[in-house]
Formats: sequence, structure tokens, C-alpha cells
Amino acid sequence: MAYVAVRGGAEAIEASLEHLQYERVKDGAFVAVETLQATMRGFLDQVMSESSLYSEQLAALAMKQSEGNVEEAIFLLRAHRSTLPRLYYSTTTDARSMFVLRRISASFKDIPGGQILGASHDYLHRLLNFDLLQETVEDVAAQKAEFEAIEVPDNSVLQLEKLPKVMDYLRQEGLIREFPENDAEPSDITKESIAFPTNRSQRLQTLTRGQTGTVTSLGYAGLRGYGASHPTVGEVRVGWQSIHVALDDGDDPYYIGAIKLTEVESFIPVNVNGEDKQVVEFDVGYGACFGQNETKAIAMSIVDHALEVGGDTAIHDEEFVLLHIDTIESTGFISHLKMPHYVTFQSKLEQMRAIKREGKML
Amino acid sequence: MREVPFALLDEQSKKEIRRAILKGVAIPGYQVPFASREMPIGRGWGTGGLQLTLALIGKEDTLKVIDQGADDSVNAVNIKKLVQKTTGVQTTTHTQEASIVQSRHRIPEVPLTKEQILVLQVPEPEPLRAIERSEYKTKRYHAEKEYSGAYLMLFEQIMRYNQTSQGADYPVLVNGRYVMNPSPIPRFDNPKIHHNEALILFGAGREKKIYAVPPYTNVQSLAFEDYPFVVEQFAGKICRETGLSNVFLDELTDEETGETYYLCNDTSYMEEVLARKVAVKQ
Repeated sequence: MAYVAVRGGAEAIEASLEHLQYERVKDGAFVAVETLQATMRGFLDQVMSESSLYSEQLAALAMKQSEGNVEEAIFLLRAHRSTLPRLYYSTTTDARSMFVLRRISASFKDIPGGQILGASHDYLHRLLNFDLLQETVEDVAAQKAEFEAIEVPDNSVLQLEKLPKVMDYLRQEGLIREFPENDAEPSDITKESIAFPTNRSQRLQTLTRGQTGTVTSLGYAGLRGYGASHPTVGEVRVGWQSIHVALDDGDDPYYIGAIKLTEVESFIPVNVNGEDKQVVEFDVGYGACFGQNETKAIAMSIVDHALEVGGDTAIHDEEFVLLHIDTIESTGFISHLKMPHYVTFQSKLEQMRAIKREGKML
Repeated sequence: MREVPFALLDEQSKKEIRRAILKGVAIPGYQVPFASREMPIGRGWGTGGLQLTLALIGKEDTLKVIDQGADDSVNAVNIKKLVQKTTGVQTTTHTQEASIVQSRHRIPEVPLTKEQILVLQVPEPEPLRAIERSEYKTKRYHAEKEYSGAYLMLFEQIMRYNQTSQGADYPVLVNGRYVMNPSPIPRFDNPKIHHNEALILFGAGREKKIYAVPPYTNVQSLAFEDYPFVVEQFAGKICRETGLSNVFLDELTDEETGETYYLCNDTSYMEEVLARKVAVKQ
């Protein structure tokens, strides 16, 4: 094909793909998928959440294959999802029965069951730890042994899978704005594309799969005056949530495993018309996502509420939020600009020249 | 190791896409929403077209993939490879040999037949998006056949430039009912949609819409009586290799002389014409 200058032939593509493979191995270093799975919790959690596929092993594989490129790892997992038949929905699951690893409230100091800090970066001085440059397998093993030698009381008084919710306490007091229970079957956004106006299940699904940075930025905008929401974090809980599947109505549901989940309930004051005066009550903004993704889940709770109540800024506009928040869609369409646009550009060019030649003088 | 299913997608997904296609054929030009699946290629890189192709393709099919007129450009090769890897079907560069032609931004110069399906990749299926960003509202405009906005947009261009400035993806009226984006094909290709013998399908993966123009359907580019629709003009320019002038041309620069020259944009057609010329000479 000597006479077309600007086309990638099949050979060039093959060479480019080989080059990419070479980049991954050129330093002769190797990392096992098991190692990534054991040491890259944060990355895996973010990737599982955005790809809406819960598998630490596959997320670690995607991380290895994509050289740690978040966008690409999510892409691999989403594409993999498309090859799988979808067989079941889980039964309803309630985070009141979560086996809690971490649970804090910004609303009350003394919450029933107490603040459980668990493992968090929140209290960390973010200073590079240069000791890790020399860390060896032996160091890791020794540290592990040291931690595991710490005595723990046999009978903990805390029932970590039965911690009450902060929200229930406010609800009993009548401070939470009442809504009728909505136990309608959720719409599955992966089986039916969303139409506007959306229902809440469609919004929550879209938000929980949303790009972490985007959800965070939109939530932040909501705080900074582009939203009517001024939330207080009622409760953040992170832990293991059991998932069950019921094959038919009469049967007991089957336990299929536990997933790590972050759940957030934010309290947002709203004016409500009482019987003879205006009163203030709380609305609840809800956020939940796979893995430990607290920033994302809190931001999600803000955006959830913003979309629920409506308003005149971007974060209240469901089309603006829901149609631009997906990692695969945004990165895909931005990157498509690298494709050739010769024909469309030629078409435009021809017209511009004609307009320059013959167009009306304004 | 897990086996990837034939044509990649699970069977239920393919069935759903085929149902959307049937609805699209029944309502020419109407955008049928569907739950677009994530593909191994980028959103905006032809995932709508790819899903149509994968849902339709069987072992007996022969596939041709075009990107901006070329069979061997990066993305066309990539899509072809993916389909072939997951189906094992035959591929071709010759338009007339293909039972399915998936294309980005061009309708081939070789006329299609009733044996063929043309699948076009669509970045923006909504012809009214430029004038109304809300999907909720544009959907209603279509339902009410409220297309004054589309005409007004062209009218404003004419007021400003004494001609339209739409470039490619010039909107058409299908079967006298729905205004539709024909995907970013040049205006040069718009007349080819009208009464085409082949079934033409449009897939927008990112925007999650499928639509169709069945064979022999009336398709008119939007225009005014006193400002008729005009395709790209290549007056006095011919393809340097074939001498053809009745085709869409690519504008190129000769690296040695710095001169501008033109080539037939549909590369497989150009090669066929050249091959015939050589055969005649021999």
C-alpha cells in the first residue's frame, strides 16, 4: 500500500502490540497475580467498583496485564463481563448485618456500638516511608508474625455483625423525613439502558459504577456551592456483606459468598412543611460501593441526594451527571479522537473553503 | 481456561440486540434504546457497530470492515481481527464479496445488493442534540415529529454563510417520518442511503441506540426548495491513481514536490479499478 501515506497497516499494528508487550517485561521484573492481590487492596477495590465486577483475582490479573493502568484494568474487566451470562440476582441484603471492619459517625460521638476505626489512611502522616525501598520478604513475614502475636481477648463484647445504625436512632425520634418504602424490583441498567427521567435504582447503580474521581469531583462541587446539599456524615461502614441467591421463592436462599462493601448515609437538612409551620428534618443521601472506597461512597451520597431533590446546577441535572460519569464511556470517547477523521475533516474543509470563497459578508 | 463464547457476547445479549434490530427495521429511522454491552474495544471506537455485527454474524458470513474508506487502517484491522478471532469467519476487502460490511464514516462506492447488510458505526445518534442537549426533550420532539429545530439550524447556517455548514453527518428524513443522523458519512454518501438494496443498520454503543433503514426506503437529506442539498464538490479534481472523479477523494500532499494531490478514499475500490486497468493493459 505504497500510495497512502497516513494509514496504519496490519504490520504496524502488530509491531505496536509487540512493543506494548515488551514494555511490560523489558526490565526483566516479575510480579505474581497473588502478590498484587495481597498487596494492592486500594487499587483492586477501586477497579472492582468501577468495573462492577467483584473478583479480587480478576482485578489483580487486570492490573498486571494493564501495567497498573486503572482505566485499562477497568476496561478489561468490563469487557470480560460482556462475555458472561447473567443468571441470578441476589436477595435483598441489609448492611445492618454487615460484619463491620470499620464504622464511624461524624454526627454523634457516642453511637451505640461505638466508633470502630479499623484500618484507615485517615490518621496517617503521608510521608514517604523510605524503609520500604529495602523491604524484603523476610521483613514482611516478621512484621506479620509480630502483629499476629498480639493477644486479643477471646470473648469480644462487640457484636460486629449486629451493629445498629445511627440513622435508626434519628428515625425513632422522627427527625428523618419519611418516605414510603420502595421495594420495587430494581431496574438493571446493564440489561436495559436508562431513559429519562430515571428511577432511583438506576441512579444508584450508575453512581456506584461511576469513575471514582468524577463522583468525587461532583460531590465536592455539591459541597462548594454548586449544590443545595450540606451533608453531615451520619455513618460510614466498611465490612463484609453476605450475599445470597434464591433459586425459587419457596427455597431458603443460598449463601454465595461475602463481598467487601462501603456504605454511607449522609444527613442533609431540608425544610419540610409541617402542620402549621415549616420544620427542618433530615434527608438521607445514600452511597455504597464495592470494596473500601470511602471518599467515593460519601461523594455518591451527596450526588444521590442532589439528583433526588433536583435543582438548577449541574450536579442536580441527571442527564449531565449520569451520562458522563462512566469510566468506560468517558475514556472511550475521549480516546476515539485519536482515530483518523480524514473524511469528516475533508468534508468540513471543503465547506469552509467554499464559505470563504462565496459566503456572505457579515 | 475459560472459552470465549462464539462471537464474544453471551447468547442472551445477542438475542436482545437482534430484537432491537427488528424493532429498528419495523420503525425506520427510530432510535431503539438497548443495553449496550462493554466491548473489548473503546467506547467511541465502533462498539455499536461491533455489537450489531457480533449479534448478526454466523459461520457462513463473510465480513468486510472499513474505517474512513480504508480496510487496513488501525481500527478496521482491529475490529476485523476481534470478530475473526471469536468466530473464525472469512474476511474480505472486496465490497461485493462481503455479506456484512461494517463501516465507519463511509458507504462503499461499489453499490450494495439485497444479499448484504451494511453496519454503520455511530458516534452521535441524535440529530437534534446540537440544538437540545436533553435526551428527555429530544425523545419527545421525535415522538411529536417536531423537527423545526433541525430545519432552523440549517436555516441559520444559510443566513450566515449562504449555504449549510454541516459537513458530514448531515441529517436525513427517513420514510417521511423520523429525522436521523446517517453517522458521519460525507454528504457525498447521503444519496446512497435512499432506496439502497441492502439493509443498513446503525449502532451507537456509547449512546446505547440501534436504528435501521430497510432496503428501498425513502431517505431525503434535509433541505429547502431554494437551497437544495449539496454534496462535497471536487470540481476539476481527480484521483491520481485511477483518474476517477465521481468518487469521494482524499486530499494528500506529495512529500517530494509539496503538491496537493487526490486519491480515491475507498481504497478497496481504488485497488479494484487499478487491477482492472492492469488486466486490460496485459
